[in-house]
Amino acid sequence: MGNEKITAWDRVEIARNPKRKTALDYIENIFDEFIELHGDRNFRDDKAIVCGLGRIGDKNFTIIAEQKGRTTKENIERNFGMPNPESYRKAIRFMKQAEKFKRPVITFIDTKGAYPGIGAEERGQGEAIAKSMFEMAKLKVPIIAIVIGEGSSGGALAIGVANKVIMLENAIYSILSPEGYSSILWKDSSRYKEAAEKMKLTAKDLYDLKVIDKIIKEPKEDNEENFKKIASNLKKEISSTIIEINKLNTEDIVQNRYDKFRNIGEFIKL
Amino acid sequence: MIVDKIKKRETTAKNKKANIDIPIGKWIKCDNCKEIIYKETVRNNLNICPNCGHYFRMHIGKRLELIIDEGTYERFDLNIETTNPLELEDYPKKLKSLREKTGLEEAVSCGIGNINGEKVVICIMDSGFLMGSMGIVVGEKITYSIEQAVKQKLPLIIFSVSGGARMQEGIISLMQMAKTTAALTKLDEAGLLYISVLTDPTYGGVTASFASLGDIILAEPKAMIGFAGQRVIEQTIGESLPEGFQTAEFLLEHGFIDKIVERRDLKDTLYRLIRFHKGGESNGQ
Repeated sequence: MGNEKITAWDRVEIARNPKRKTALDYIENIFDEFIELHGDRNFRDDKAIVCGLGRIGDKNFTIIAEQKGRTTKENIERNFGMPNPESYRKAIRFMKQAEKFKRPVITFIDTKGAYPGIGAEERGQGEAIAKSMFEMAKLKVPIIAIVIGEGSSGGALAIGVANKVIMLENAIYSILSPEGYSSILWKDSSRYKEAAEKMKLTAKDLYDLKVIDKIIKEPKEDNEENFKKIASNLKKEISSTIIEINKLNTEDIVQNRYDKFRNIGEFIKL
Repeated sequence: MIVDKIKKRETTAKNKKANIDIPIGKWIKCDNCKEIIYKETVRNNLNICPNCGHYFRMHIGKRLELIIDEGTYERFDLNIETTNPLELEDYPKKLKSLREKTGLEEAVSCGIGNINGEKVVICIMDSGFLMGSMGIVVGEKITYSIEQAVKQKLPLIIFSVSGGARMQEGIISLMQMAKTTAALTKLDEAGLLYISVLTDPTYGGVTASFASLGDIILAEPKAMIGFAGQRVIEQTIGESLPEGFQTAEFLLEHGFIDKIVERRDLKDTLYRLIRFHKGGESNGQ
């Protein structure tokens, strides 16, 4: 990897930068056509997850994306990208539709976590996340997950059970925030930088741990031209990955995803 | 995070030997009514306070005694250890001392046993081992148990008690949520019964994976169950939480569990539910 001097904490700050490109920015640049569709058909339309149909060339996709706001107003509307249970139930609705119409699913992960609120608990946040992973685990179409910013905790993994997990070089993916980690493990929330180093939350660490399968490099300069480059590389990666997964029959697509997660976490036999 | 809160509640429980379900010493104070009670009386009362009915936590040995027919439990031969994926220096030492102190191998025990003669795969978590948190070993044991249930065509019962995913194993702990959940899809496709029993407390990554995916979900009275910890929610919303929030009764009211079952009725309830799912000629087709 380039950028050797960048620390894990630097990457946390890059991933969290409010100016960092969001899911909709990538969607607009990667897909030739996109139609957003709303609602979980049960309670309401939670805007922390965006769902819809996307097309690259003549290939159709179902898109499920965690969306942070790009302005304060939008952030309030989108609950700062922290999904309520309805978001995951909306995601499940579109996963099932993807299966019905035989479209691959592309998910974009970018969240501080599932929203911790009274209503979220009343409406079964835990159940919603569990069900979303359950549906993904058995879905009969290819799934690609892309971690574009912050992938924090169960709220991220809820849409991360994919055949292939791609990660941007400066994105992070972790069990929770470094601040939370240091306060729980060391009873000292000020040691967050040290926690970031220990947690193995960078793309490189996660690739070595086999939690992710592919890193998309990010040029050093954060500008529009480089963003287009990243988006274009992602587009190529999505297209080639789908061709690769589609070589498998339906049963093997499910089994391939199962095996990937079944084998995470090496242990020692006594 | 919930772990802090649980730890606070845990300070009364300084277990020094295996299979001790309530604090040692001859007397204990009930967390709920504050009454000082003779320990033996509580032990002989299914770890329930004779004064106010408060449920003390139950460790694996006592839980097995309560649920599984005597002499029928066979633990799976799966002796494994974590690889310490975050390479934390003091973590292996901590595990070792916990194993010695508690006599437990890890935060879950899994095997096959009978409930009134009905054979089941059973997993029992234990709050005495790093607050029942799920790391590689717990994830692997639960997954292995689910696979054994599929292989041997047996019903699966999991007693959950957990603070969530295990911090010390970082992202790998998080991934155990996906692993256990994926295994449950195979049990589901095989048409086998899974009963999830939630006990106090069940939180975080365990609530957000296998604990919430039972065909039938039972809970012990007043058990605290949720995704986010109460302190985190209070800090996020900046107000205090309503009375009874995240209790088993609250979850029942909101439609997330099937039934609250008293400890003394658990074995019989499980037996009756298993009998309803034996299929074949017993189904009224």
